Amino acid sequence: MRLDLTHIKQWIPRHSKVLDLGCGDGEFLRLLRDERGIIGTGIEIDLAQLSAAVARGLNVLQQDLDSGLPNFPDNSFDTVVMAHALQALHHPHRALENIVRIGSEAIVTFPNFGHWRCRLHLGLFGQMPVSRVMPYSWYDTPNIHFCTVKDFETLCDQLNIEIVAQDVVGVDQRDTWLARLWPNLFAVTAIFRIRRRQQR
Amino acid sequence: MLPSLSDCRRNWSWVFKTMSEAFPIDSVGLVSPFLEVFDEPLPLSSGDSLIGFELMVETYGELNDDASNAILVCHALSGNHHAAGKHQVDDRKSGWWDLVIGPGKPIDTNRFYVVSTNNIGGCDGSTGPSAINPATGDPWGPNFPQLGVSDWVRSQKCLADRLGIQCWAAVVGGSLGGMQALQWAVDYPDAVAHCLVFASAPGLTAQNIAFNEIARHAIISDPEWHQGHYQVEGKIPTRGLALARMLGHLTYMSADGMSDRFGRELREGSFEQDSTAEVVFQVESYLRHQGGQFSTRFDANTYVLMTRALDYFDIAQRFNGDLTATMAATQAEFFILSFSSDWRFSPVRSQELVDAALAAGRPVTYAELETDEGHDAFLLDVPGYLPLLQAYMTRVGPQPTLEQAH
Repeated sequence: MRLDLTHIKQWIPRHSKVLDLGCGDGEFLRLLRDERGIIGTGIEIDLAQLSAAVARGLNVLQQDLDSGLPNFPDNSFDTVVMAHALQALHHPHRALENIVRIGSEAIVTFPNFGHWRCRLHLGLFGQMPVSRVMPYSWYDTPNIHFCTVKDFETLCDQLNIEIVAQDVVGVDQRDTWLARLWPNLFAVTAIFRIRRRQQR
Repeated sequence: MLPSLSDCRRNWSWVFKTMSEAFPIDSVGLVSPFLEVFDEPLPLSSGDSLIGFELMVETYGELNDDASNAILVCHALSGNHHAAGKHQVDDRKSGWWDLVIGPGKPIDTNRFYVVSTNNIGGCDGSTGPSAINPATGDPWGPNFPQLGVSDWVRSQKCLADRLGIQCWAAVVGGSLGGMQALQWAVDYPDAVAHCLVFASAPGLTAQNIAFNEIARHAIISDPEWHQGHYQVEGKIPTRGLALARMLGHLTYMSADGMSDRFGRELREGSFEQDSTAEVVFQVESYLRHQGGQFSTRFDANTYVLMTRALDYFDIAQRFNGDLTATMAATQAEFFILSFSSDWRFSPVRSQELVDAALAAGRPVTYAELETDEGHDAFLLDVPGYLPLLQAYMTRVGPQPTLEQAH
């Protein structure tokens, strides 16, 4: 299980309705169902992954996250999870607006491009970083919209989205306290718990 | 002299060999249909009723003690009760969904008791236009009452009651069969646990109805039609039927699929300068063959009746056209599949069902499979289809208990 997923598990209330955007083979939804008794729905575009999730007994819909998910009613889920998908979308801002519309709350995780290694790579070598976690070359990658922790916070503010809580995953456990202290520089993966800002 | 042991062995191995050659290990093998007679009246959606009816039925697998493993398979326009296996060892073709039904196949007859009927109004043994009208002693012909999809469902409910099946583990169908599966979920919400709807729609489009009308027109324009009383006249409107089938068949394929399969290849003749032979394209020959075959096995009145039933079908009718309210009235879990090149029942129509299920808060799984095979794809081994169906079926029916699982 990826570290960001173990982190967000605790934020998901028992027996709640969860929508997992880009659910892959459904491992995370299965875990939430078996351990926390949630009712899960997944969205996945890749047929082989979708089949694997369906074989786990999950309800999965084949749909493009960039479609804006107009077929999902407002507030139809307690939590919408979008783990490591934001950077692969054509319209990340629209997706964010939609997930806080569909879910009472949403959890978003993404690789932090502001991490010091990325900065160092770009600063020292003057080239786009290629790492073990993000092994693609810039011209042939599903990840077309990288952002930093700070970028994300700014966007949320513009979109009237409230950040309820925030967590990080560092390079390892030792590194995580540093990342919590200075997320934009030390977080490998950023984790945000967000919702629509309440109108005053 | 008694045959030696080795002779016996040789003979038996010959028997096994021919059996295994005739039927692969994942086939249901030899099957026989049976006729179920119902003496109770069947009220119809048109307001008419049948004083009794007969259903031609085929089943595969064994019903378990609490009748929790039963699956109803619904056929499409030209199908019948013969969904899997063969009636005779030397039958050229197996049942229409043999690909899907059998031991170890997605609808696994080791786990499930599969029931398949010929719809009433059909022409393969169930009460239909070619049966004798008890009131007149003549074949019903065109006077057979018009049926709707809900009438098929009601007749199948009588069968389920007789078989002791209170709730189907799943009702499954493609095209018109998918509509039937939907109707089951709406009409008998507590009798359907899973509703599997492939290449189907909540109702026909204007274009669909138009195709059906042309097909019907082909039949009634045939000089042998005799206002539908061809049977009494000892005639068959084969040309009309063939034409209707050619048109239908064309709409079940996609343009790309046809290009791949036939291209511009010639079956007979040539475009050489001196050639006098008539030029026949492969695609022409294919359609003629399909039309010809169909006209000898299918009843014209049934075709007219079934296409009308398709045209009239509107799953949301009882709910004033509100598809979400319709889905909200169901209790089943839905598995909906569409095929990318299906222009007769396009993915958009399946998506309407999915969206209504979502809006109604019903559990639903959906995929659009990429294929060139058009509407017929639900009958074929297109990439990803069978593994996905198999994956879904693991949740259907009795689940292994924890002890069995470990």
